[in-house]
Amino acid sequence: MEEVKFSEGTLALVNKIIRRYPEGKQKSALLPTLHLAQAEFEGWLSVPVMDYVASLLKIKPIEVYEVASFYSMYNLKPVGKCLIEVCQTGPCWLRGSDDIVEHLEKKLKIKNGETTSDGMFTLKTVECLGSCGTAPMLQCGADYHENLTAEKVDRLVEKLRTSDKRSSYMR
Amino acid sequence: MSKKFLLEHVNVPRIETINVYREKGGYAAVEKALKTMTPDQIIDEVKFSDLRGRGGAGFPTGLKWSFMDRKSDKPRYLVCNADESEPGTFKDRYLMEKLPHLLIEGMIVSSYTLGAKAAYIYIRGEYMYIVRILEKAIEEAYAAGYLGKNILGTDYSLDLYVHPGAGAYICGEETALLESLEGKRGNPRLKPPFPAIAGLYACPTVVNNVESIASVPTIINITADKYNDVGIGKSAGTKLISASGHINKPGVYEIELGLPVEDFIYSDEYCGGIWKGRKLKAVVAGGSSVPILPANLIITTAKGEKRLMTYESMADGGFVSGTMLGSGGFIVMDETTCIVRNLWTFARFYHHESCGQCSPCREGTGWMEKVLHRIEHGHGHMNDIDLLVDVAKKIEGNTICPLGDAAAWPVASAIRHFREEFEYHVKYPEKVKDPKHFEKEPFEREALMVNG
Amino acid sequence: MAKVTIDGATIEVPDGTTILNAARQIGGESVPPAMCYYSTLKESGGKCRVCLVKVAQGSTKDPRPMPKLMASCRTPVMDGMVVQSITSPEVLEARKSVVEFLLINHPLDCPICDQAGECDLQNLAYKHGVAKTRYEEERRTFEKIDIGDKIKLHMNRCILCYRCTFVANQLTDNRVHGVLSRGDASEISTYIQKAVDNDFSGNMIDVCPVGALTDKTFRFKSRVWFTNPMDGHRNCPKCSGKVVLWTKGNDVLRVSARTDQYNEVKEFICNECRFEHKNMNDWTIDGPRHIDRDSVIAQNHYERTDLQKLKLEIDRQIEFEKGKQLPEPNPSLTA
Repeated sequence: MEEVKFSEGTLALVNKIIRRYPEGKQKSALLPTLHLAQAEFEGWLSVPVMDYVASLLKIKPIEVYEVASFYSMYNLKPVGKCLIEVCQTGPCWLRGSDDIVEHLEKKLKIKNGETTSDGMFTLKTVECLGSCGTAPMLQCGADYHENLTAEKVDRLVEKLRTSDKRSSYMR
Repeated sequence: MSKKFLLEHVNVPRIETINVYREKGGYAAVEKALKTMTPDQIIDEVKFSDLRGRGGAGFPTGLKWSFMDRKSDKPRYLVCNADESEPGTFKDRYLMEKLPHLLIEGMIVSSYTLGAKAAYIYIRGEYMYIVRILEKAIEEAYAAGYLGKNILGTDYSLDLYVHPGAGAYICGEETALLESLEGKRGNPRLKPPFPAIAGLYACPTVVNNVESIASVPTIINITADKYNDVGIGKSAGTKLISASGHINKPGVYEIELGLPVEDFIYSDEYCGGIWKGRKLKAVVAGGSSVPILPANLIITTAKGEKRLMTYESMADGGFVSGTMLGSGGFIVMDETTCIVRNLWTFARFYHHESCGQCSPCREGTGWMEKVLHRIEHGHGHMNDIDLLVDVAKKIEGNTICPLGDAAAWPVASAIRHFREEFEYHVKYPEKVKDPKHFEKEPFEREALMVNG
Repeated sequence: MAKVTIDGATIEVPDGTTILNAARQIGGESVPPAMCYYSTLKESGGKCRVCLVKVAQGSTKDPRPMPKLMASCRTPVMDGMVVQSITSPEVLEARKSVVEFLLINHPLDCPICDQAGECDLQNLAYKHGVAKTRYEEERRTFEKIDIGDKIKLHMNRCILCYRCTFVANQLTDNRVHGVLSRGDASEISTYIQKAVDNDFSGNMIDVCPVGALTDKTFRFKSRVWFTNPMDGHRNCPKCSGKVVLWTKGNDVLRVSARTDQYNEVKEFICNECRFEHKNMNDWTIDGPRHIDRDSVIAQNHYERTDLQKLKLEIDRQIEFEKGKQLPEPNPSLTA
């Protein structure tokens, strides 16, 4: 198995982040570091990746598992190259988020929570992303796509299909 | 036009850069506060301004600051709560995206007041693109001498950092936020001790909402007197309202507290009325946690007075016929809305977001969601309705943090005001099988609807 | 020192004492139940909400009542504080609802659970629960797993008291298990298949208030009420060596730490004492273990019961059930 290790640039960034917190409080850097890890290692947090983060921050592996499994933005299983997260809470539902989810399910030929067979797309419904005034919306990586219509979704999916980059919150 | 204390320059091109921000008078409050005012003077000013916490609880900001243990020899911290996650609320996002320097300016003045040498902006992880906007602005502020060592030549120094969360509504609760900032699960802490005594790293800490902190520079610049000239009584100044749902113009609006709700919904300056020429059915006025009100009660109170956008008027009638101003997340529903389905999405939200520490919330939120799911999908029984009321009552007040209350109130209020609609779902399971049941045939209860 | 009044009884306790511990010093029916608090584990408590009490008067200085019911296990007393435990209908109602919440996803598999008879949840449910459930939905389930060769984890039964994680944090040098996920999906887990393996891990079994963590060396060997519990000790270099031997004839079926009247271990024991010495000859017997009269274990118990005392106690309980003020407890029974 390949050794899990951050690139030099990311490692420098992690060290910079650790310095934001007082001496001995490096555990504070855990959430930002896990974001970096997920971005660098295929969009999800495997056990070796989490163990690596634990060693960087000098904490126990279980402390990383506990945290990683608590927060909804960390994927503990592999996801498609583009993770499409559609908000479904009240204000988005009022403006038609159900239709958007249904449209995506038909378009991608998968159900909510599934990944396309080519590993390209994962579809996931999520709770309120703070985009209620521009509902319905979806998040893909760091990007918010708002005021969605079926046509807009179609255009976005086609664009994502040809993109060579994995979606990431860090870009 | 009403007074704009926060968004006056929001449409100025490149206002997110420090140069344009300064051209528009930015950072004057830092100059004034650090060079001419003592921390005690600033606390008094903020107290007199009657500024109340804009995150939702409405606790007086100056009073909160005065609880800070400033005699402690431990470091002190200011933490900005930018974890905005209350459904219906997106004002802090707008403010940070458009006016990052306003928040930074507020952070500097507030940190100086509290004697904090380091301050953190804890922002929800999903707003990662705003992390970049803020970090860029912070870099500019360092370069201009507003952050770092000896700010503007004074002996006050401050470091400011942005810390992203990773998807957890509960981290908007201040002690859960502090746990999260320490790299832990977002489990709220038992109080006492309060953060003002033992907060971040067990040091004295104040946690304030983005909008509260962004309001501080105005108070310093124009004085408390001028600030609370705007508003009514203890609802002073302006408030950002996030308007969403079935209205013509969703968005973030800065209103003077005291504006009649009716004007807010129907005036072209704000929501511009109900979309598609429909009738107003209900409003959740302060974020998903606050009680829902039917149209008649949101426009006028039970006493027949015009309901105003103030903490007091919104609460008029208590939970029987009133609600709360909360975070200002104003969610509007037209006549085609199924109240049960909307409530189910909220219940699902709280079920998803419960941290799981306290048994009533951990078990009760899931129970309510499942029962609501059954009712909405035509599998409910009549006694489910009272069961929901009872479960909500048993969660309320019995948990460590207010998430339990936040999950209980929407359920209790929806049944209080719209019981017939729940009964309809039980009586006519076939009619509610179509998820869009009331879009084709609105549930009629004319007396409670209001025409635009 | 602070003077606190709980259900009419007043006691003076050192500053910083919690309401629960003050109530324990008074004793009797007013002592709130506790499912997550554990006096010998730091940071425990506050979560299960079963010990909620009403603070009718905050203190002499600030006599206002507290707006919400308070978790007595984590709320320190103030001088002049007035607390209502069983004298507040609101408190009794809240406790009853907590029991209901704890049971909705509980498998209710007491007939096949090793903890039955010495289970805090079972006792609590008998005392505060109702016989019927209002929960119609599907119960949440997890696979049962081995955490190490000596401990079985039945997550279905867990009430998420966090006590076992405090044991691992405070008694061992390397915690490998914890609470994963969130909300009602939370579970005690090692995440990866990993044994919880160190000298004091077995104490997780004793602190577990339910049958979530059970001793694999004792599983299905006997119902606890068919065993003879004896206090015993041995010279142990790692721990106090003071234990309870759960015996049948000459066989030691199980070894556990000694618990007090609130089912709490004061002196934790090592895994060697717990798992490796199942021979009567390894132990010096100190005498029979005292078992509470109302415990299910007392079913087959050999201590003589004073029937006259028992009758008085039953009369008292009947009065209480009728909704009358609880008469003074019988001191000879609670002593």
